[in-house]
Amino acid sequence: MKTTTKATAFYNVFERKGGPHKETTHYCPGCGHGNVHKMIAEAMDDLGINDKTVFVSPVGCSVFGYYYFDCGNFQAAHGRAPAVATGIKRANPDSVVISYQGDGDLAAIGTAETLHAANRGENITVFFVNNAIYGMTGGQMAPTTLIEQKTATTPRGRVESEHGNPIKMAEIISTLPAATYVERVAIGNSKHIMKARKAIRKALKNQVENRGYSFVEILSVCPTGWKMDSPDARDWLTDQMIEAFPLGVYKDESSEREDGWYRDVKPFVPAELNKYFGVNAEADVAPVDLKKDLFCKFAGFGGQGILTMGLFLAQIGMRADHNVSWIPAYGPEMRGGTANCSVNVSNKRIGTPLVERPNVMVAMNLPSLEMFEKDVVDGGVILVDSGIVDKTPDTDRLDVVMIPATEIADEVGTPKVANVVMLGAMIAATDAYSLDFVSETLKVVVKKKNLIDMNLAALQRGYDFVKNGS
Amino acid sequence: MDTTVKKDSPFIEITGELCKGCKLCIDVCPKGVIAISDQLNSSSYHPAYYVGADCTGCTLCFYACPEPAAIKVFKP
Amino acid sequence: MSRQFMKGNDAIVVGALQAGCRAYYGYPITPASEIAHAASLHFPALGGTFIQAESEVAAINMVYGTAGMGIRTMTASSSPGFSLKQEGMSYLAGAELPCVVVNIQRGGPGLGNIAPEQADYFQVVKGGGHGNYRLITLAPNCAQEMCDLTSKAFDLADKWRNPACILADGFIGQMMEPVEVPEAKEIPFDHSDWCVRGDAETHKNLVSSIVLEPEDLEAHNFKLHKKYLEIQESEVLFEDYKTEDADLVVVAYGITSRVVYSTIDQARELGLKVGLLRPITLWPFPSEKLAELAADGTKKFLSVELSTGQMIEDVKLAVNGKCPVELYGRCGGVVPGGEELIQRYEEIMNGKPISDGGVR
Repeated sequence: MKTTTKATAFYNVFERKGGPHKETTHYCPGCGHGNVHKMIAEAMDDLGINDKTVFVSPVGCSVFGYYYFDCGNFQAAHGRAPAVATGIKRANPDSVVISYQGDGDLAAIGTAETLHAANRGENITVFFVNNAIYGMTGGQMAPTTLIEQKTATTPRGRVESEHGNPIKMAEIISTLPAATYVERVAIGNSKHIMKARKAIRKALKNQVENRGYSFVEILSVCPTGWKMDSPDARDWLTDQMIEAFPLGVYKDESSEREDGWYRDVKPFVPAELNKYFGVNAEADVAPVDLKKDLFCKFAGFGGQGILTMGLFLAQIGMRADHNVSWIPAYGPEMRGGTANCSVNVSNKRIGTPLVERPNVMVAMNLPSLEMFEKDVVDGGVILVDSGIVDKTPDTDRLDVVMIPATEIADEVGTPKVANVVMLGAMIAATDAYSLDFVSETLKVVVKKKNLIDMNLAALQRGYDFVKNGS
Repeated sequence: MDTTVKKDSPFIEITGELCKGCKLCIDVCPKGVIAISDQLNSSSYHPAYYVGADCTGCTLCFYACPEPAAIKVFKP
Repeated sequence: MSRQFMKGNDAIVVGALQAGCRAYYGYPITPASEIAHAASLHFPALGGTFIQAESEVAAINMVYGTAGMGIRTMTASSSPGFSLKQEGMSYLAGAELPCVVVNIQRGGPGLGNIAPEQADYFQVVKGGGHGNYRLITLAPNCAQEMCDLTSKAFDLADKWRNPACILADGFIGQMMEPVEVPEAKEIPFDHSDWCVRGDAETHKNLVSSIVLEPEDLEAHNFKLHKKYLEIQESEVLFEDYKTEDADLVVVAYGITSRVVYSTIDQARELGLKVGLLRPITLWPFPSEKLAELAADGTKKFLSVELSTGQMIEDVKLAVNGKCPVELYGRCGGVVPGGEELIQRYEEIMNGKPISDGGVR
């Protein structure tokens, strides 16, 4: 005896539904959701995927999909089911994820999520139940409402010039290269339903076989919203909706994509992470004394390596086991044609990373000098690229070093190392660290190893200029 | 409702309590062997019932029915 | 231990990965984009997932999907993008899904600018999305804390089955400091009883925030409320710098707390007995500590924020009228300097009118 009966992918009793009738759905008489649910449950049974299926219920009449399907269940925000499905599938690529959505959810509020999940070729299955109306909220216009169709918000019928046209999602999605299988089916009569069963099964089978994104649009009915009895609604679907939304396969590359869309992920293995980030690696620290805290402001044109100079100093301080911070100009300071950064190097915990009153200032152009000279503390060191700036700071108040850093750099090989010439001069002028220590650190922190020699030469030249005047 | 069916020929079972009276099964039945009851079920619907003979076991009523458990089809 | 020099934004990604975060979903926005850059580099290299989502809305809903699978996941953005995530945050809180969300605050309202502000305090600490819910909110003020508190946020999120937020600002995100990378350890939480993994063990579970019956939804809200009370009792973190004998207690978090910290000893040298109370958790807020400091009614309090006065409301609630509470707020990316603040301390402590410059 062959028995055709409720699929095991349905709960035996719909306990989550509550109320007295726990073996029937919450849907209105003649609603299409029940038919589609039955076809999905039957396909789940056939494919033996009940345990690994995760069903994402949308917002709309099928918000309670989780009442019925005996599998893992999610309920998603309106329109977001494909994004939620993406997060599910990426977390476990061996799960079978169903994004079940209505027309408002999929084709209005969730259009972006719909298109982009398809465009990424997520290995998921989307069932789009299109009944041309908003059911749950009381029969308003849907993006798929037909021209002339009356709804609660198109009381005179949908008009192209006012409301636009019914949107054809299967056609649109079929233009996306990553989508594997796109078909539109219907449930207007028994022939439609038998075709729909096949499409639904195929869309799920594709996912099980990692063939990628499958989209089945199912033209359905809303007897309540349409204000029709159930058989008339099926006839209206068959006679009217199919004309606006032609049935058929819009794209099918299923046969070419076996296992092509499996996106593997690895579990968390702490030891791998610790190795990757060098947690147990020996730290390259060579503690040296810092004679005085440095509160530095380095400023110049963008492209002069001002920020890099700050980074070098901070890393020198870090290797010396001092507290350091580096912060680029950010906010209002960025105006006025200067790139600048603040660097703190201190024996003590660093409070503000923003250097308000520098005791070391490097100015590599005139606007920088004019902007920041007044902020430098009395007796502070100020280094100016004398080849670029033809103005000398207040020598009574400040310890001034005028150095043609860019010209020296050019002699070394490229004006690009002017910042390192300046760094050498700054080290010499402040006696913060020994030249050897700075040189050793630069060898580690200069990323382009073929430029190390040139950087070291530039450093030496800047240092010598201050110490020896040459 | 006549429930005496011959077990050696196809038949359907409609659980009247689970039926919402939408008549879709009646619409699709090629043999016209499903009808609507005069009685109301506990949800106030007039449920469909099998008239008791001539079912071919085609299952069209099962798939037309939106309810998961209202109709069962048996085919020897 | 290896110290690495990194941006606060990069440190977030390191802290997340070391805590076992396996999936990052985000959308580019200044000044938070470095987080996505670092995530796109490291997550795939370690067998995790990185998706540049089509929108902030999609990103937070991808988080919802992965979080519901019991996998540690995160997203990060800056103020306007964070606003867009609010619907999803409400769903995550309602469904009690653990995850970490990061907000590197910038100037608002509207498009505002990309400079740092702290004007999302209300949005993050008081709600943002619809319904009764709370975000566990951590406020780092250095790169090391960007790393460590992100790791901690994952633990808190798992422990309480609640989203946790890292609320920082553009400065803390952009600045570079040495960071000791914490050791990755096994995650001591098992979510099998509620998560959906797409397997036999969890196939009866449901991830959802819908509770249809009024009495049931009330019960759900009461359950959440009880959880929030427990969090308030057990998870408060703050830093106390010289408040005990202070005449003026300055309350500040994030970048402003760094500026205030710099001023404390300077002000004391000038004879101004000032202390800093820095909330590390903004929710739960260190109300008890503030109440304790205010108990004898002898101190004054000052909230320094990059806003026109948001955190001050929580300071006032905690102080409960026992002491005067003043505000000094700057906006739009303007950060008060140390000298500017010390002048205000002096004015407040001497009962003089506060000079112009910020919001009072």
